[in-house]
Order: sequence, then structure tokens, then C-alpha cells
Amino acid sequence: MHIVEMKGITKQFGDVIANDHVDFYLRKGEVHALLGENGAGKTTLMRILYGLYQQDSGDVLVNDTKVTIHSPKDAIAQGIGMVTQHFALVPPLTVAENVVLGFTDNFVLDRTELENKVGEASERFGIDIDPRALVRHLSVGQRQRVEILKALYRNARVLILDEPTAVLVPQEVDLLFDTLNRLREDGLSVIFISHKLDEVTTITDRVTVLRDGNAVGTVDTSSITKNDLAKMMVGRESFGVTRQQEEQDGKKCIFELKNLSAEDDKGLPALKDINLQICEGEILAIAGVSGNGQRELGETLCGVRNVTAGQILMEGQDLAGKQPIQFTAAGLGRIPEDRHEGMVGELTVAHNLALEHLDEYTKGGRLDRKAILKTAEDLIQQYQIKAKPNDRTRTLSGGNMQKVLLARVLSRDPKVVIVPQPTRGLDVGATDYVREQLLAQRKRGAAVLLISEDLDEVLALADRIAVIYEGEIVGILPAQEATAERLGLLMSGAVKENAHG
Amino acid sequence: MAKYKLVKTNTPPVWMRPLIPVLALIGTFILTSGLIIWSQANPFETYYKFLIGPLSSRVSVLEVLVKATPLILTGAAVTFAFSTGYYNIGAEGQLYAGAIAAAGLGPILGGFPPILAIPIMIIGGFIAGMGWALIPALLKVKLAVDEVVTTLLLNSVMAYIVSALLNGPWRDPASGWPQSPEIAPSTIFPKLIARSRLNLGFLIAVATIIVLWFILTRTAFGLRMRAVGMGKPAARFAGINVKRTTLIAALVSGGIAGLAGVAEVAGIQYHLIGELSAHYGTTGVIVATLGGLNAWGVGLAALFFGLVDQGAQTVSRTLGVPIYLGEVTQATMLLVALGMLLLQNYRIRRV
Repeated sequence: MHIVEMKGITKQFGDVIANDHVDFYLRKGEVHALLGENGAGKTTLMRILYGLYQQDSGDVLVNDTKVTIHSPKDAIAQGIGMVTQHFALVPPLTVAENVVLGFTDNFVLDRTELENKVGEASERFGIDIDPRALVRHLSVGQRQRVEILKALYRNARVLILDEPTAVLVPQEVDLLFDTLNRLREDGLSVIFISHKLDEVTTITDRVTVLRDGNAVGTVDTSSITKNDLAKMMVGRESFGVTRQQEEQDGKKCIFELKNLSAEDDKGLPALKDINLQICEGEILAIAGVSGNGQRELGETLCGVRNVTAGQILMEGQDLAGKQPIQFTAAGLGRIPEDRHEGMVGELTVAHNLALEHLDEYTKGGRLDRKAILKTAEDLIQQYQIKAKPNDRTRTLSGGNMQKVLLARVLSRDPKVVIVPQPTRGLDVGATDYVREQLLAQRKRGAAVLLISEDLDEVLALADRIAVIYEGEIVGILPAQEATAERLGLLMSGAVKENAHG
Repeated sequence: MAKYKLVKTNTPPVWMRPLIPVLALIGTFILTSGLIIWSQANPFETYYKFLIGPLSSRVSVLEVLVKATPLILTGAAVTFAFSTGYYNIGAEGQLYAGAIAAAGLGPILGGFPPILAIPIMIIGGFIAGMGWALIPALLKVKLAVDEVVTTLLLNSVMAYIVSALLNGPWRDPASGWPQSPEIAPSTIFPKLIARSRLNLGFLIAVATIIVLWFILTRTAFGLRMRAVGMGKPAARFAGINVKRTTLIAALVSGGIAGLAGVAEVAGIQYHLIGELSAHYGTTGVIVATLGGLNAWGVGLAALFFGLVDQGAQTVSRTLGVPIYLGEVTQATMLLVALGMLLLQNYRIRRV
């Protein structure tokens, strides 16, 4: 007996096929995991079910009846609720007010009655929360419980949780799992989107694995090992290193991270005791599921995020706590993760190309505009940028913007190149171009640190792969030794190979 | 039935740029003519006297330049700060700081020849403006306190300081009016043209515009300022010291506003008075915005406002419409122009 059936769901965004004829069946009274890498199509599929997207083709059946879900309101009417990673709560209002918000039609609100009703519901579902508390006083875990209560209060029989544990501390995870077990006993169905193998094997009854927009298969959790799940999640037809391997012996390691730690924007530890060494003429890739500290690592190594402990050693010189300009001066080529934040869109291409080295373009107090223009013309030609020197940078396509950033950095022949997510959002042509440039840097003898959430990219470029999980490097392996199973287990936090780079 | 909708485009058409002031003027005319008719005057005649009248005699042309002088300076001051993304709304207070310095130095510099006394006064006013701008600038750079609030509120603080000075220690014993003692003759800005009010202050204003243009477009510091103003994260990433650049821009902005105060004291009033500035500081924000944060644009906008100011006086005298019509026109003009700057990024498309 299936409460939800999704049959042959296809959804395309531009050229990207996010879901390709995906079948997904949810039983009554089960916790069902959707497992997959970033971009595998998990969230897209669930957004279709919740009415945030419309499928291009395919059918959705709820209780064996074909339904059309145009909006979350339709989904709620069908008994489907979703808790996203970003909560939709109003902090200055109470829990009770948040729960009924948009659900009650009464003009006059009777606060006491509301609080009693919400209190009853919280008892009925076993979700311990004070209906009179103000949401802004609640912890993240408590806010998540309010979101769950909100969905249940709207009579949801199917609850979609999008990476619910990503924001929780371990004790809160236990509490969440208690709640999920109770809901299962009550006959509710829960869809649990995750890429953490430990959690999936602990809490779920069945697992559907998605990869590249396709459903790889649905299995009973009790009948499969973590190793097999990791293989299903990460494995691909052409798995393995696709590039000719060249000998890397006897190279000098010029860039080293020692016990590096840093915090995220909320002041929580984002990088924990990271130790890495990168040698001349090699590409070291940091692989991992997004949100495990990659952004913080990139920003720290670019000098725009403070280090809380440890050292960033560039040929023995410690750059921790130094200004970005000193990073550049030491021979570090830094490409920002967000290219829009790396360039001033309102300034011209020529100005953006010169921005890091304005002092070199100053003659007797005046800006040497001819030299700036000349350099820009040369770089535009050399890096095949489709733009004129005086074009405003914001009018460029993503690929050309990335080329401007590459040109600015690589034309200085840096000894170390830091590239976080260099091909994110680029088309195939631009992606190939960027990867060729990185390989050219490696050939030139630069040490390249590639941070990428795209496993294909990591496998195509890396000499060594370091896997980051919850801010820690959980394993470092030569690219040739990378198997789908080993990478999958590391990336999903199931094992730690306490390697040191 | 055909429906139309606004579609955002990232690249406004180039031919739109010169059209904006013209369209803004037409829009302003349409919007304000109702008010003019209500005041029982002919809108066409009124606008003629507003915009063309002041240009028809030598005396009033010079008076337009006199009225434009403080606006050029405050407009330049605001432009300098806004270009760096520092929203200095405190030019009014900084102007009075410069004026206090001029009024304080003026009476005691009598022993010096003008060639020394005048530069000392100018530098003193610049430093005073910088000093008054230092408080919000430090709060911004050190503690990230919103400068819009602090600079705006400090204007009121300065108004009370001026009032306290004029009613207390500086009250001119000779006249008994709340005004400071007259500055020494050697510190009075020389007239550029005899029997007019046009003085050295106007030349200082013009020089300021040229320096502003040079710094913004021809120096590395100007490029850094604009990079900080238009994309802080990118500027920081490229190794630009965002805080230092912001601090310098804020202080220089205050200094330039201080010059406006010096020019009014030494060129026009010869005393510090409570009504020294007819909201020149706040009008400077309008001038800078209308001028598109471009040095020449700011100069033109200030001259236009000087024209409207002068025109409003004539109009109220000859046609009997309230003098406030000038201010209404300026304010309407700003709103219309801002709307146009926003709308030029959209196209009307039939759906």
C-alpha cells in the first residue's frame, strides 16, 4: 500500500536534467531515505511533490489517486508537509502563533485557545515544545520541532525533511530520531533527504538512491551494507581517474596547512585541525558534500576569513592573520568561490584585471591608463575572454567572468593556486577551458588546491584527493586508489581514515 | 486585451542617458504645474522665469553662481563619500564645523596679510570639517555603526553647538544680534567681479570639482574608492584595505563640506550666523545623486539648483507665488530623476 507514488518524473532546468524519469514509492508508516550526492536531484524531486516546482512529465499519485500539485497549499491539502533547511518561522511571534499562521481563518484570534490547541497537538505527536515561547528564544533544534509541528498540525500524513540533521547537534539528532520513530508508529510516512550514511542506516526502513537525476534503486535498509550504499551513491559508469598520470616524485612541497581551524559566520567551528601539504606540480582536490566547511576553507586560504588556530605556511612563511594583499605578495593565486563577489560588476574588465596590483599601474600619482588597457587587451586575447576592456564586468557571462578572474591570477604565475568551485554554474565549454587552465598550471609547476563538490571534476583533475567532512579532513588518498566505495564512505562520514597529508 | 509588463534588462540603452535630465524636467513640470495653477499663476510663465529669467541679466547670472557655490562644494563632499559607499548625510554639520573654524580664525588673523590669512582659514575649515566627520567615520569603521544615522543626527547636534556659541561666548557685542564678531578684512575672500557677490569661494568650488574628477577617475586611490563603493567583498578580496579607504573618504568628504562653510563665512556673511546654510548640506545629497556621482555632473546639478534658487526668488517677487515653490521643484526633480534612473533598467513588453 503506497501513500505516495511518483512515476516517471522528469524535470529539466535549461540544459540540465535534474530528474530523469524518476520513480519513487512511499509506503504508509515508513521512514524512507532519499540518498545522493549534491545535484543528484533529491531536493528537486521533493520540491515537485511539495508543489514548489512542476514536473515536465510524469505522474504523482496520493492514496492511489492522481493529483496535480500546483503549490504548497495543494500539497498541504493532500496531507503532505515539508520542512526545508531554511525555516519559515517568524521569530518575534510565539510557537503557537507560528504554528497556526496562515492556517486559521478567524479574524479574531483567541490566544489562550490557540495555545491550548497547539499544546494538545504537541503532546499528541510527542513533540516537546512550549506553545507560549517566543520563536526567537528557541535553539535551532527547537525551531525545527516547531516546523515539524506546523506540518503535523496541518494534518500532514507525509512529512518531507530536507537534510534535517545538517543544522543539529548530536543530542538534537537523537531527539529528532525519537520523534520520527513515534510518527512511524502512528502510521505517518517520513521522507528523509540525506547524504549521511550513518543516519540513513540508523533511522530509515528503506532507501532510494539518486545519482545524476536518475533513481539508482530502492532497497530495504536492513538488507544492505553501508559499503554497498556508498557504491550506489558515488559509483558511476566511468569511475576512476580519466587522465594520464605523470610521475610526481621528488617535488618540493611549498604550501602547508598546520592544525588550521576557523569558524563559520555564526561563530561555530567550521574547520577543525586541518593538516595538508601541497607540492609543486600537483593538484590536490578537496572533495566532499557541500556545507562541510569547503566555503570556509576557501575563504581562509584566500585571506578573507580569520583563522582561529593553526598556520598557513607558504614556503615556511606563516600567512595566518595576514591581509589578502600579503597572500598575493607571497605568491598565492586566489580565485574566489563566488565570482560575483570577486569582481566589481560596475567597474570595467580592464579595471578588474588591474585591481589586485594597482600600485604597479601608478606613475607619478596618476593611474597609467594606457598600461591598464594594454594589459587588459593582452589578457583578453590570451585567455579568450569574450569582452572588450571597457565593458562593465557585470555584463559578462559566467564563463567569461571566470576567465577574467583566471587571467588576473594566472598571468602572475603564482606558485600556489587556490580554486574553490571553479566551474560551478559554467557551461560545458567554459568548464573544459577552466580545467585545461588548471592542468596547465600543474604542468608549469604550480601547486594547485582545488576545492570541488563535483566528484567528476575531482576525478578528472586531482593527483591526490582529500575528503572533508564536518570541517575535518577524514582521509587523503592518491587519485588512482580512489574507488567509489572508499570515497562514498568518507564523504558520507561513515569512516575516517586518519591520514595525514 | 493586450497586457503590458515591465521586464528588467541589465543594460540600459545608451541613448537613455542624455534623455534622463530632459525627461526629468518635463516630468517635474507636469507634476508641479498643478501647484502653480493653484497659486493662481501660469505654469509656462512661471517656468520661464524660473529657468530662463535668471539668465537674462548679468547681475542675476552672477547671483546664480554665488548660490551654486556652496552646493557645488557640498555636492562634491557627498559625492566623495558616496563613491566609496559611505553615506555621509552630515555635510550640513560639517559645513557648520568649517564655518565655526572660519568665524573663530577670522577675527584673530587680522595681523596677517591676505596671502597667509586666507589659506590658513581654508585649511582650518577643512580640518574642522574633517574633525566633525571623524566621529561617525570611526564609529563606522571600528564598530560598524550605520553612518546614515550618526551623520544625520550629528547635524542637529551641530545646530545646537552653533546656537550655543552665538547666544553665548560669540554673541557680537557690537550688534547684539546672535552672530559672531566680524572677521578681519584680510581674511575676507576677494571679489571676482566688482559690485557683485561673486568671490574666491566660487573658484575654490570649481577647483574642488576638478580635483574630485582627477582623484575619482585618474588615480589608484579613486579606483580603490569606487571598487569599495561598488563591491566591498570584491575590493577586500583584491587586497584593498576597505576600512582605511572608507575612513579617508569620509574625512575628506567632511573637509570639503567644511570648505563650503568657510566660503559662506569669508565670502558672503563675514559672520557666523545661525541661518548660514539654507540646507546646503542636505541639498548636496540631492546634487550628488542627480549628478550621478560624477564630478562634472555634480557641477552641472549644482548650477541648475543655483538657477532654480535664484529663479524662485524672482518668481515669488513678480508673480506672487510662494518662494517655497523653488524647494518643491528641487525635491520633485530629485524624485522624478531617481524614478527614471530606476526605470531605465526596465523595458515595457507586451504579453
